[in-house]
Amino acid sequence: MTAIQVNGLTKFWGKIKAVDRVSFQVEDGDVFGFLGPNGAGKTTTIKMLVGLTKPTDGSATVAGYDVVKEPTMVKKRIGVVSETSNLYDELTVYENLRFVSKLYHVPSRLRDTRIKEQLDTFNLSDYRGRPFGKLSKGLKRRTVLSAALLHDPEILFLDEPTSGLDVMSSRNLRQLISELAERGVTIFLTTHYIEEAGQLCDLIALIVKGKIIEAGSPEALRSRVQDVPLLEIRFEPEIKIEEELLEEVPAENIRVYSDRVSILTRDVHKSVTAFTVLAEKRGITIQEIQTVKPRLEDAFVQLTGLTPDSMRAEKEAKR
Amino acid sequence: MILGEEMEGILAIVEKDLKAYYFKPPNISWGILFPIVLALSFSLRNPEGLTDLAPGLIAMAALFGTTSMEAIVITFEKRVGALERLQLAPITDVSIIVGKVLGGTIFGLVISTVMTVLSILFLGSEIVYPPVFILSLLLTAIDHSALGALVAVSVKEVFEAQTLSNYFRFPMIFLCGIFLPLDEMPAALRYLARVLPLTYSVETLRASMTGLSGNAPVDLLILAGYSVFLVALSVFFFRKNQE
Repeated sequence: MTAIQVNGLTKFWGKIKAVDRVSFQVEDGDVFGFLGPNGAGKTTTIKMLVGLTKPTDGSATVAGYDVVKEPTMVKKRIGVVSETSNLYDELTVYENLRFVSKLYHVPSRLRDTRIKEQLDTFNLSDYRGRPFGKLSKGLKRRTVLSAALLHDPEILFLDEPTSGLDVMSSRNLRQLISELAERGVTIFLTTHYIEEAGQLCDLIALIVKGKIIEAGSPEALRSRVQDVPLLEIRFEPEIKIEEELLEEVPAENIRVYSDRVSILTRDVHKSVTAFTVLAEKRGITIQEIQTVKPRLEDAFVQLTGLTPDSMRAEKEAKR
Repeated sequence: MILGEEMEGILAIVEKDLKAYYFKPPNISWGILFPIVLALSFSLRNPEGLTDLAPGLIAMAALFGTTSMEAIVITFEKRVGALERLQLAPITDVSIIVGKVLGGTIFGLVISTVMTVLSILFLGSEIVYPPVFILSLLLTAIDHSALGALVAVSVKEVFEAQTLSNYFRFPMIFLCGIFLPLDEMPAALRYLARVLPLTYSVETLRASMTGLSGNAPVDLLILAGYSVFLVALSVFFFRKNQE
């Protein structure tokens, strides 16, 4: 069964084309990742699918219902976790969950049972009487996720679920998302953490400037860049190498870190030689040279021409 | 079934808004303090004429109680993304706006009821036609809560909502027959006053408190018409601004 079917979905905000003839399909039980930089059209696509805004052109069905003609039926069958933790600071965790359960028409006889189940599942029982505004970011995300699941949705939309969370909270949340996927919930996820998408998703679509430029399983996307070797050179001391200096190193793409460079190159010999000359000039000692299997991040860089660091920086700036 | 679900959604929004915003101690105390300060300031200026002013003061309490809080609640929720949560729920935009308006209405009724009690206790005011008074107070609160919602859904920020509200709130105080009877106004202002719902609120409240029924039935119908019109207009702008 198809959980989400999107055909030529297009959205203009004024004169700006935010989403441009996007088409894809998500099967029941899949975890679908929508990856792209800020302003690529991820959130606009989600907004159209969850009934927050109408498409300018194209069509989409979610859980078998048309998002324009039957938005209420769609909303009954989906759960949405927005990027912001948008519950009510003044209400306690329990009051928030109770409010959401009424809003989603959970039968009154089942409300307390469902709330208790969610509190237990997300380890929130100890916080049920605490005002939402006084929770940590990680606890807030868990509460928002538990609220989105109260009415037992078939499809869960997660917009940047781990954005702004510390490492442990992100890991816990990813674990919870994996468990939901194992339970058969279809998950539509947007994220700018590429490896997170690689870990969680069965299918990934890369969207840039409103258009899907690639789609497939993480393995399939990695295989697109498999024919170009990725050279990784570790060095010391840890220094910042200016990117201009690396212009003389032949490469499809170069990423610079404080202790290493990753070079996507068709000519390993020339790239190593050129970098060795540069290392000599800068007094850098090369510790290790290896060719590695391209990661999803490398595939993303090559396919989109964007770097994950620039995406993260944009995201932080936006926040 | 669908109507029942919409009602459930409306009541959930009302309950949540009252608990999360309206019935917080600072709002309650401000809401009660505001009409008391108003009454005191008018009594210092004109102690004898205060009884005549009572219907206007009650209408003003409803006007300020509803519009100011409604504008803050909606724009605040819009800003923090909490309004989006309501839009994501399986209820219509009409139910969201009706829920919001009813929350403000209940707050406005509480504030204007306090003002009424104060008027009866300290100014010797009377309610001659209680059904007309209750209906008038209810429609006044609904109308002005809807007016607050209309302003709030049309702007982005809390301060914009407050500024825009003041553009019509303060002229209304002087145009709607609270201090100066409509008959004594220049013709142009009289016509303008007839466009403003507060004029009909003051007239019907005055009629119910003085026993002079006047045009009360027509005025109540006009107030009811305004409530439908303002809620519909709020829903229209709420939808328009989503695009």
